[in-house]
Amino acid sequence: MGMPSLPVFGDGNLHIDEPFPDAAHRELGNTQMRANLRHATHTIRDKRLKVVGELPDWEELRDAGAATKNHVMANLPALLEEFEKNFTARGGVIHWARDSHEANKIVAQLIKEQETDEVVKVKSMATQEIGLNEYLEEQGISALETDLAELIVQLGHDKPSHILVPAIHKNRTEVRDIFLAEMPNVDPNLTDEPRLLAMAAREHLRRKFLAAKVAISGANFALADSGTLAVVESEGNGRMCLTLPETLITVMGIEKLLPGKEDLEVFMQLLPRSSTGERMNPYTSLWTGVTEGDGPQNVHLVMLDNGRTAALADKYGRTALNCIRCSACMNVCPVYERTGGHAYGSTYPGPIGAILTPLLTGIKSEENSSLPYASSLCGACYDACPVKINIPEILVHLRGEDVDSKRGKKKLPTQMDLMMKGAGWAFSSGKNLALLEKGLPLGKLAAGRDKKIKRLPGIAAGWTQSRDIPAPPSQSFRDWWKKEHQSPAKTEQEK
Amino acid sequence: MKIALFATCIVDAMYPQTARATVKILEHLGHEVIFPTGQACCGQMHINSGYMDEALPVVTNHVEAFEADHYDVAVAPSGSCVASVKHQHPILAERCGDAALKARAEAVGAKTYELSQLLVDVLGVTNAAEQLGSHFPHKVTYHPSCHGMRSLGLGDRQLDLLKSVGGIEFTDLPEADQCCGFGGTFSMKNADVSSAMLEDKTKNIESTGASLCSGGDASCLMHIGGGLSRTKSDTTTLHFAEILASTIDEPVSVTGEVFVGKGGK
Repeated sequence: MGMPSLPVFGDGNLHIDEPFPDAAHRELGNTQMRANLRHATHTIRDKRLKVVGELPDWEELRDAGAATKNHVMANLPALLEEFEKNFTARGGVIHWARDSHEANKIVAQLIKEQETDEVVKVKSMATQEIGLNEYLEEQGISALETDLAELIVQLGHDKPSHILVPAIHKNRTEVRDIFLAEMPNVDPNLTDEPRLLAMAAREHLRRKFLAAKVAISGANFALADSGTLAVVESEGNGRMCLTLPETLITVMGIEKLLPGKEDLEVFMQLLPRSSTGERMNPYTSLWTGVTEGDGPQNVHLVMLDNGRTAALADKYGRTALNCIRCSACMNVCPVYERTGGHAYGSTYPGPIGAILTPLLTGIKSEENSSLPYASSLCGACYDACPVKINIPEILVHLRGEDVDSKRGKKKLPTQMDLMMKGAGWAFSSGKNLALLEKGLPLGKLAAGRDKKIKRLPGIAAGWTQSRDIPAPPSQSFRDWWKKEHQSPAKTEQEK
Repeated sequence: MKIALFATCIVDAMYPQTARATVKILEHLGHEVIFPTGQACCGQMHINSGYMDEALPVVTNHVEAFEADHYDVAVAPSGSCVASVKHQHPILAERCGDAALKARAEAVGAKTYELSQLLVDVLGVTNAAEQLGSHFPHKVTYHPSCHGMRSLGLGDRQLDLLKSVGGIEFTDLPEADQCCGFGGTFSMKNADVSSAMLEDKTKNIESTGASLCSGGDASCLMHIGGGLSRTKSDTTTLHFAEILASTIDEPVSVTGEVFVGKGGK
């Protein structure tokens, strides 16, 4: 054995096998998905803006949320021990998992101990991150998603494309078609009326809730001072899972801790308004260990690292762990709005995914290095983030990590390397730039009669695929200033 | 006041008339403008592309150039480049382990203003027609560039200045706060997504019926103008400094050569 080497990066559904630009190119061609997504993201955006605008202290709440999370990350080892002590004292059992493989093994073993092969699930990002459903299936255990949107995705043999609204890429007609094709005993005359779709799902799920012996959940928050776990949801299906089966297994990232219950005051204001654009969410469940004769009698918690310690060690990236999975950043992101979540390849799409995924896996993992470039750095995500994660700054930091990780390892420099080297020379002195600018009139040769440059070679062809460039001027500002505008005193001196 | 002009590389090389307009406005207000000749670029393209080692000499050059002369404030006709000078330069210096450069970059950043920031907050310009003699009798819409809007928090400074220009007919841009899709090398690395964003922006601009779209960043205006040009649109782009510098006696021509979208003189 011996000490594990640090940092231990995460694995599971975090590794993308296709560079983002290629995946985005494909997804951009899906016009139905783009129409669905544009409608959905704009609706949530407007709702969020409205409810956020109602709170005069919204900026102070964001500051408080960020400060609390920064405090948690700075004191994580002590808070984890405090939580473990309190959770265990109330009858819960804690399991520590370094990566997805360890976490999956622990969960499968706990299920097998209950002698069942079917479990119900509360919507959970952590279990998607570790690929729990796929692992359980290999072990002969079927895991039923009970969140309506997750159920749609599961029945459709699809992947979630959003962390809060996993079926955001589907419209209701597509949902009806999935139910008709995949849901047992469904009314063949089912229409796409939302109420009827919800009733069909309800009937399907209710039987499962009552029969299940084991439920699996994630957690939104864990309170260190009492050992309490919390799940925030909209449908009540989560609460069914949390209260009906005898055994409850929760899988949670170690960064979900809060010091104590008074911190919920801040986060229960930040989270619903940022995520669904609601003043409060319909169902908030809190549970502390085992209560005899009430609710689950076997309460387990798998504490998941899976790269979080590695992310915490990154001075410029660690605030990504402050994320409370509200999804406000993806709802406001112009890139996400057009490509959808599947283009990001990982469990975590959108702006937060573009930083969190490579932070958890390390920048060198497969095609994950393409994720930090999936942004125009417009900054809408940072403005919307309830815990003020400076996503654009971390994106830029990770681009630097990517470039540095490839230095000296390539046989030939890329076009981008050469462009940056050339521009580095031109831009590192006024004299160099002035020299280069003497060539500006030559640029006119590249332009057509209409004084526009319409086609450029190499990577610059990306620009000219949809944009012209004007022919450059015959004189730079610098040259004009020197020849025609220098202050009278200076011109006098030079004479 | 002695004001150091940071022209920015793109304006210096591609849109000199934007810098000339900036000089004209400031001199009209009775200030002395100097041009630190060592200046080149803020280094944002290198930083945002992840080339930190290559960015360091560019940033160092900027700091040195703007330490060389005595002046009261520095100004650039760009929200993005000013945001880089103020926010990115100290971070880059720290990342490269140069604490002294970080302190120097912070000092330069503290004295550097975006043009509308300087005009409104420092020089007290609130009515361009009255205080600058600005006159521009055309139908104009306006795109607020992301870094000015979000990193610098410019609010409506550029917009309000434009609206106060004599003779102007202003029309609001739908979904104005949405990024145009430029994003520096993003427009090449993720050209498809960038083009999809640009398409929506140019459609929104066309829907206003304005004869041109103004803004505060030459790079975004080159992007939007390039997209409009490709679709053979009659609408083009123009930096707000040029509209402010346009007067009855010296109007900016709307028929051609000075337009950003259609190239410099």
